[in-house]
Amino acid sequence: MAVTSSTGTSSTGTTSGTATTGTGTAGLAAERDRAGQAGPWEMALRQFRHWLVNYRRTWRGSAYSSFLNPVLYLGSIGLGLGTLVNKHGTAQLGGVSYLAFLAPGLLAATGMQTAIGESTYPVLGSVKWRHTYVAAVSSPLRPRDLLHGHLLFTTLRLAMNCVAFMVVMAVFGAIKSPWAVLALPAAVLTGLAFAAPIEAWAISLTKDSPFAYLFRFGLIPLFLFSGTFFPVSQLPVWAQPVAYATPLWHGVALCRSLTLGQIPVLESLGHTAYLIALALAGLYAGHRTYRRRLYV
Amino acid sequence: MRDPGALIRARKLTKSFGNFTAVDGIDFELTRRGEAFGFLGPNGAGKSSTMRMIGCVSPPSGGELTILGLDPVTDGPRIRARLGVVPQEDTLDLELTVQENLLIYGRYFGLPRDVIRERTARLLDFVQLSDRAGDEVEPLSGGMKRRLTIARSLINEPEILLLDEPTTGLDPQARHVVWDRLFRLKQQGVTLVLTTHYMDEAEQLCDRLVVMDRGKIAAEGSPRQLIEQYSTPEVLELRFDPADHEQAAGKVGDAGAQRTEVLADRILLYVRNGDEALAAVRGLGLEPQTSLVRRSTLEDVFLRLTGRRLED
Repeated sequence: MAVTSSTGTSSTGTTSGTATTGTGTAGLAAERDRAGQAGPWEMALRQFRHWLVNYRRTWRGSAYSSFLNPVLYLGSIGLGLGTLVNKHGTAQLGGVSYLAFLAPGLLAATGMQTAIGESTYPVLGSVKWRHTYVAAVSSPLRPRDLLHGHLLFTTLRLAMNCVAFMVVMAVFGAIKSPWAVLALPAAVLTGLAFAAPIEAWAISLTKDSPFAYLFRFGLIPLFLFSGTFFPVSQLPVWAQPVAYATPLWHGVALCRSLTLGQIPVLESLGHTAYLIALALAGLYAGHRTYRRRLYV
Repeated sequence: MRDPGALIRARKLTKSFGNFTAVDGIDFELTRRGEAFGFLGPNGAGKSSTMRMIGCVSPPSGGELTILGLDPVTDGPRIRARLGVVPQEDTLDLELTVQENLLIYGRYFGLPRDVIRERTARLLDFVQLSDRAGDEVEPLSGGMKRRLTIARSLINEPEILLLDEPTTGLDPQARHVVWDRLFRLKQQGVTLVLTTHYMDEAEQLCDRLVVMDRGKIAAEGSPRQLIEQYSTPEVLELRFDPADHEQAAGKVGDAGAQRTEVLADRILLYVRNGDEALAAVRGLGLEPQTSLVRRSTLEDVFLRLTGRRLED
C-alpha cells in the first residue's frame, strides 16, 4: 500500500488502507458467535495464553532460580545444619534424617511462595499498571475468565517449581517412598489454597503497600512456624493450635507423609479437604471481587 | 419493547456512583450502519461513563440500554464479540511487541492464529505501522500507540467501534492521521461512536452528535443543524484593552447583535454579518484592540446551551 500523507483523506483512492476484509458476512457471524459464546474453559484458556506469551520473556531467570533455591536450602540447612540435628537424635522428627524431614516441608513452602508471588503484584499490576485486564474486559472475556486464566497459569508455575524442587530432592536422596509422586499435586494444591484467596484480595487493592504486610506478617511467620523446619509440637502449647489452623501446616503435613511413606489416611484426607475448601472459597470470593473491580 | 433494528438504543439511561449521578437519564438511538455518532461535552459531562455502559463493562444504574438487540448486563460477551473499543487511555501491553499485542487480543476473541496473522498484517498496514511490527510498544510515540490501539480494536472486525476521546493528548499532526484513518473506517461501513471535547473533532468526524453537559443531553443533531439552530452564521470577536473591557461590555449590546457573550478576555457578538456589526461597534465610539470575524462553531453552540466553554 502507498504510504499516504498525514492529512490525505481525499488525495488517495479508497483502495489503500482497507481495514475490513473479505471474510464473508456468514463467516463473520459464525466467528462472532464463537468469540462470544464459548464455554468457561475456553474463555479461561484465552487468558491463560496471554500469561504464557508474557512468561516466554522471563522464563529463563525463573527456571534457574527454581532449581537453585532448593539446592541452596537443602544443602545448607538440610545437610549442613542437619548433621548437627541428626547427632542429637531424630526421635522427635519421626526417626528420619533432618534432610528427609525438612525437604517435604520446604516443598510445600515452595508452593506457598510461588503462589504468593504469582497472585500479588502480577494481579494488581494487570489492572493498575499494565492495564491488561482493563483491555481484556473489552473483549468477550468476563472478569471471572481472567481470574480462571490466571489461576491456570499459577497452577502451571506451581507445577514447574514443585517439579524442579522434587528433582533436587531426589538428587539429595530426600525422597523415601514411591508415594512421593502424590506430593507434587499436594504441593500444587497447597499453592492454590494460597493463590485463590490472595488473588481475590489483590484485585481489590488500590495500592501495593498491603503486600508488604502480607509478606512480613503472613508469608514469613508461616514459612518459619508451620512445621517446615521443626515439628509444631516444639512450639509453646498456646501457639500450637494457631499453627495447626494455618494452610501451610496442612500442606507440609500432607507432603511430608507422602515423601516419607508414612501416611495416616484419614488425616491426609482432612488436610486435602481443608486445602480444597480454601481454594474454592478463594475462587468464589474472586468471582465477586474481580467483577466489582473491573465492571465499575 | 426492544427494537431489533437499532444498533444502540438508550432510554432514560442512568449511571450513579454513590450520590453522584454521572449520567442522568439520557435517550439516544443509532440505527444507521456506517454512521459516526458523537458525544460532545467537557470533561466530567458523563461521556466516558456512557461509553463504558455501551462497552458492557459498566452496568447501568437505571433506564434501558440495548446494543445490537441484546442486553449488555446478561449478554456482555456476545455483544463485546461484535464491538471494538479504543479507550481513553491506551491499554496496550508495553512490554510486548506490536504484533504480540494484536496476537493476544485476537486470542481473546478465540480467533485462530492464521486469521490473526493475516489481519495483523492488513491492520498494521492500515494504521501505517507495518515497519514497527516486531518492535516493543514502549518506545512508540503517542500517535503510534493510539493507531496501534485502533488496529487492535479492529482485530475482530467489529460492527461498532467505540472511541473515547480518540485524539486527546496527541499533537496536531498525529490527530490528523487518526482522523484520516477513522474517516476511512466510516467509509468502509464501520459505525463509529465517539466522545470528544474538541469541537473540531466533532465537526470533522460526526454525522450526528449530542451535546452533553452534567450528565444530560442538551441538544442533538448534525454539526450543521446544531450551529444553525443554536447560533448565528457569523461571530464577531472583540478584544479590548483590559482597562476598558468592562465598560465596552456594557455598551456593545447596542450594536444590534442577536446575542452577546462576555468572556474573561473577549466579547463575542453573534450576528448575521460580522463586518457590519464591527462597523456598528465603531459607530458606538468603541475601538477594540483586535477584532475577528469568523463562522460559528460547535463551541458557540455549547456556550449558548450551557453558558460555559468546552475546553476549560
